[in-house]
Amino acid sequence: MPEQPPAERPMQTFQSPQIQFDGRQCVLTGDWILAALKPRLIRLRAWLLLHGKSTETWNLTQVRHIDTFGALILWRAWGQKPPDILLLGPQHESAFQRVRSVAGQVFPPERIDWLLPIVSIGNAALGLGSHLLDFARMLGMIVVEAARLFIEPRSIPLKEFSAALYKTGAQAMPISALVGFLIGIVLSYLSALQLRNFGADALIINILGVGIIRELGPVLVSILVAGRSGSAITAQLGVMRVTEEIDALAAMGVSVHQRLVWPKVLAMAIAMPLLVLWTSVAALAGGMLAAQMQLEIDWRFFMLSLPHVVPVQNLYIGAAKGVIFGVAIALIASHFGLRIRPNTESLSRNTTSSVVAAITAVILLDAVFAMLTRGIGVPLR
Amino acid sequence: MSPPEILVEMREVCTSLGGHWVHQNINLQVERGNLLALVGGSGAGKTTLLREMIGLQATTLGEVRLFGEGLNDGHRAARAARRRRVGFLFQQGALYSALTLFDNIAFPLREVGGLLEDEIRTLVLSKLELVELKPQHASLMPAQLSGGMIKRAALARALALEPELLLLDEPTAGLDPDRSAGFVELIRGLHASLGLTVVFVTHDLDTLSALANRVAVLAERRILAVGDLNGIRSVEHPFIQNFFRYRAAVNELPEE
Repeated sequence: MPEQPPAERPMQTFQSPQIQFDGRQCVLTGDWILAALKPRLIRLRAWLLLHGKSTETWNLTQVRHIDTFGALILWRAWGQKPPDILLLGPQHESAFQRVRSVAGQVFPPERIDWLLPIVSIGNAALGLGSHLLDFARMLGMIVVEAARLFIEPRSIPLKEFSAALYKTGAQAMPISALVGFLIGIVLSYLSALQLRNFGADALIINILGVGIIRELGPVLVSILVAGRSGSAITAQLGVMRVTEEIDALAAMGVSVHQRLVWPKVLAMAIAMPLLVLWTSVAALAGGMLAAQMQLEIDWRFFMLSLPHVVPVQNLYIGAAKGVIFGVAIALIASHFGLRIRPNTESLSRNTTSSVVAAITAVILLDAVFAMLTRGIGVPLR
Repeated sequence: MSPPEILVEMREVCTSLGGHWVHQNINLQVERGNLLALVGGSGAGKTTLLREMIGLQATTLGEVRLFGEGLNDGHRAARAARRRRVGFLFQQGALYSALTLFDNIAFPLREVGGLLEDEIRTLVLSKLELVELKPQHASLMPAQLSGGMIKRAALARALALEPELLLLDEPTAGLDPDRSAGFVELIRGLHASLGLTVVFVTHDLDTLSALANRVAVLAERRILAVGDLNGIRSVEHPFIQNFFRYRAAVNELPEE
């Protein structure tokens, strides 16, 4: 069916490109195609630079194949114009034709925008504004959806909630316990070295108790969960955007906020305080072990005196931090997930931003917490 | 006349995906100069077969030979060189979304190494012209392109190293009839001017009749028939008869 038989091309190996030069005339042989030229490119370029423009007669009739690249380096060697005498087989003309037809073309120059620094500051401010607006809009939607669920309990997304609880809560238990336990050991070991200098061995229980239950447990878990579940939420929403699943939900009249965001926020609000408790227990166990080995504080004594030296308010503060941090992580992760545009670049950028923003937000909130609760639960003597 | 060169040869290829057989004992040869269409029902494994030709997917049993050599013959460099003689157009284009159109097309050229930036620029310009895109499109990101432009840009990238064999996965899917006819015309022109051998997967009978000079029908896990379009249409097999009857009702396939 083709109008003309396609040109023959080499099967197994290439014939290496050769130049025969007798002082006046260049006779080219072999394959002048990229794959064959590549190994000899440096020597060839040097030779063409020396003789390209000064030689008048070029005989290309014995060339077997020539591609655009082969034509291009000859064309450049001739100074962007054909030589005085060019012998060329008809089958090779199209390659030179392709080079010649783009010879005059250039890419439009990139404009240098001198205002760029100012524009980018403005864009950053606008970007921040759009983030805040989107975030506020999402918060509003979640509140509205929560209110609607009261009227219509039938549409409570129980399955999604239970799945989110399992994924963000139960599945995070092994890793958070391991990390907590190890941190507990390290913290206890390092404190023990200092405390022994002052003979204040027993204070290890106060330090570990207040430090872990009130501060370290919630923050440690939040950072773990932000990296683990926060990125997963963002990526999941982003992939659903790329595959148009979010649009499919909207097309069926199902609220994305109700079905995807709301269950995750609620699941995090419930799972996080439990995870905080769990991790604090693991960290205290690690600390207890190290105290036993390093300071020879009996674990039974550790257990018995813990309730006396750590006021119970610390436990409430730790749990409350868990709830607040969990909600913050879920909201931020969902916010970035919903902002993803349907391309892979946007997906990776927003997932990174989501984790960074969530961890920053947790630490900021922790500072606020520390200020607001500075008079609560710290035994002052 | 010398016997035709065989660029791709599949011998007794069997493929098992997820526990069931997609292909059983497939034998297929692609000769130089072919414009071979792979047709068949959805899920018949056409794309899988295309991917197996260059080893993107492993066959369960059987052998694939590309340019007369086994897919895993030779060292790393030899295998890479063999791959560079093939261009593959993916169904969704598979343009690298982090790179501009220019960098996408320049990517395979830069991978070869040794080319000057100036030469790369000219070669990219010539590829853009080949697929009828304009130089000012070169600075766009793939996310900014329309479906037809993505196909063209992906074709330009597949052609960057001027391959001998071009594999197209649904080249006209997702294009309107006008653009699809234009794209077919483009590939026909490239076939004639560059001496390309083309293997393509299609569902579209217009594309099939306008482009193919050889057709392979894939159904019931095997190649039912290979031949020119008229020969295939006269094969007495329920799948082939249905395939052409339903399509012909819509497209009014011109009688040749």
